[in-house]
Amino acid sequence: MNEARIKELKNIANDVRIGIIDATHAAKCGHPGGSLSIADILTYLYFEKMNIDPENPKMENRDRFVLSKGHTAPGLYATLAHRGFFPVEDLLTLRKIDSYLQGHPDMNKVPGVDMTTGSLGLGISTACGMALAGKIDGKDYRVYTIIGDGESEEGQVWEAAMFASHYKLDNLCVILDLNGLQIDGPITEVMNPTPHDKKFEAFGFHVITIDGHDFNEIEAALGEAESVKGQPTVIIAKTTKGKNVSFMENSVNWHGAAPNDEQHAQAIAELKTRYI
Amino acid sequence: MADVKKIATREAYGNALCELAPKYDFVVLDADLAAATKTGIFKKQYPERFFDCGIAEGNMMSVAAGIASTGKPVFASSFAMFASGRAFEQVRNSIGYPHLNVKIGATHGGISVGEDGATHQCNEDFALMRSIPGMVIINPCDAVEARAAVEAALLHNGPVYMRFGRYALPILNGDDYKFELGKGVLMADGTDVTLVGTGFMVSTCLEARELLAKERISARVINIHTIKPIDKDILVKAARETGALVTAEEHTIYGGLGSAVAEVLVENAPVPMARVGVEDTFGRSGTVPALMEYYGLTAENIAKKAKEVISKK
Ligand SMILES: Cc1ncc(C[n+]2csc(CCOP(=O)(O)OP(=O)(O)O)c2C)c(N)n1
Ligand SMILES: [Mg+2]
Repeated sequence: MNEARIKELKNIANDVRIGIIDATHAAKCGHPGGSLSIADILTYLYFEKMNIDPENPKMENRDRFVLSKGHTAPGLYATLAHRGFFPVEDLLTLRKIDSYLQGHPDMNKVPGVDMTTGSLGLGISTACGMALAGKIDGKDYRVYTIIGDGESEEGQVWEAAMFASHYKLDNLCVILDLNGLQIDGPITEVMNPTPHDKKFEAFGFHVITIDGHDFNEIEAALGEAESVKGQPTVIIAKTTKGKNVSFMENSVNWHGAAPNDEQHAQAIAELKTRYI
Repeated sequence: MADVKKIATREAYGNALCELAPKYDFVVLDADLAAATKTGIFKKQYPERFFDCGIAEGNMMSVAAGIASTGKPVFASSFAMFASGRAFEQVRNSIGYPHLNVKIGATHGGISVGEDGATHQCNEDFALMRSIPGMVIINPCDAVEARAAVEAALLHNGPVYMRFGRYALPILNGDDYKFELGKGVLMADGTDVTLVGTGFMVSTCLEARELLAKERISARVINIHTIKPIDKDILVKAARETGALVTAEEHTIYGGLGSAVAEVLVENAPVPMARVGVEDTFGRSGTVPALMEYYGLTAENIAKKAKEVISKK
């Protein structure tokens, strides 16, 4: 990837972050912290990596994406909107009674959403099902899913990991958003799920650890995942919860709280300085 | 009924999967119970379309949802206890809410599991599944109905919960039997009272009808194989025409067939009614006949309740 394209992606990720802030501000609730931490990964997946078509969101052989940590729907919605699945203005209807943009992703309401999620631990299993179906039908689509590091405390994540490795789902790529925080505090204090790398390795995964905000590293890892045969891959992406909004960074307080008018103005002002 | 042919509905389920396999595109999942749920019959014939998920029922239900999301119908099997209980939330959120095409084949429903006892006797599955919007619930009364129900479930677009039993039951329906999803079946006509059974208890209701006939009481018997959506018309008609009604099920009296029928009647045609089922208690070990006796799931008890409701008319 050349410098110019990286610049473009950085600007798009900035658009996505602004979308997250605008949407949660308008909704007066929602989850900005974990949405901001995955904005770069989502941007790379939807603008560079995945075989998708905003004009034909149900395209049969499309690559699939499951936001297993469904509470970070604002991040996914902002990405889908900027990619052209629906109007960017609609982000401001997030969580409103007459909006299709539900608090958590709904595959039957939102164009581009491949699976309904919100209950942690379930999404990764549904991604396994999609990957298995691809194998059964000899299709070459790939399946991506982002899980939270707090979410990895759910037993079902490891049931799914066992399944993915047992059925050699090399068309599945799990991305773990290692932002270090969940609701009640740092993951290592609430219920330490680390070390993720050794656990996933023991479960039969190919493990790659990256900086989840570095487009070169994201690109290299996703490329490597695609080349691995006979086993699933997990990309452990080290990220910052609340990334690029100074007062939200590394703060549990911004897991599930919306910015008020003043905070909104400050966040947008900060993000606007980041365009390059 | 000693000379009548008896087959467990779980057996019919496994056979039906094999019969339907050449005709339809679907896959089958199980959670280390293929030998017992009888999906093992399918596994043997179609190993490339069978996937064991191991002892991880929650994961299995979400995996099923993922497969179904690509357009391929899925049967997912385990014991009723684990399919509806352990995996309730996965069934609700991964399958029910997105209304995906997953057919849950839940075997070993009810008290007639027998000697395994309370932890395995699921008397709560109808109540749990009824609470999920859009979930269809089928509980066939014999092998013929079970076979037909599996195909009907496959042809229905959306989630279906099918309860099958472990215990061999008499065949009540002929080979020409036509299964209609959501339609109750008039098994025998009558004018004084209606006995509404589901699954195992349909044959018991027919026995109760014979007992009542000896006392010159004419009982109608209705088979409700589809617990949701329930056939309101046949129930309201029966209540109006016979004026009293008894339900019978291998399930807690809270939230199952009895509750569903009561809900229909109280809003449309209130008549004296009684529910035969498992009364707010857990199961226990025992032979199936001993258990049915112990929990009052007998023809004698149904007949007794029938006379009670008739006296309240
Ligand atoms: C099964 C389940 N339990 C609890 C919740 C409530 N919940 C929503 S987000 C969250 C914390 C998630 O932490 P993490 O996975 O680290 O997400 P992130 O930091 O990326 O926002 C919890 C407990 C839920 N959505 N699902
Ligand atoms: Mg986290």
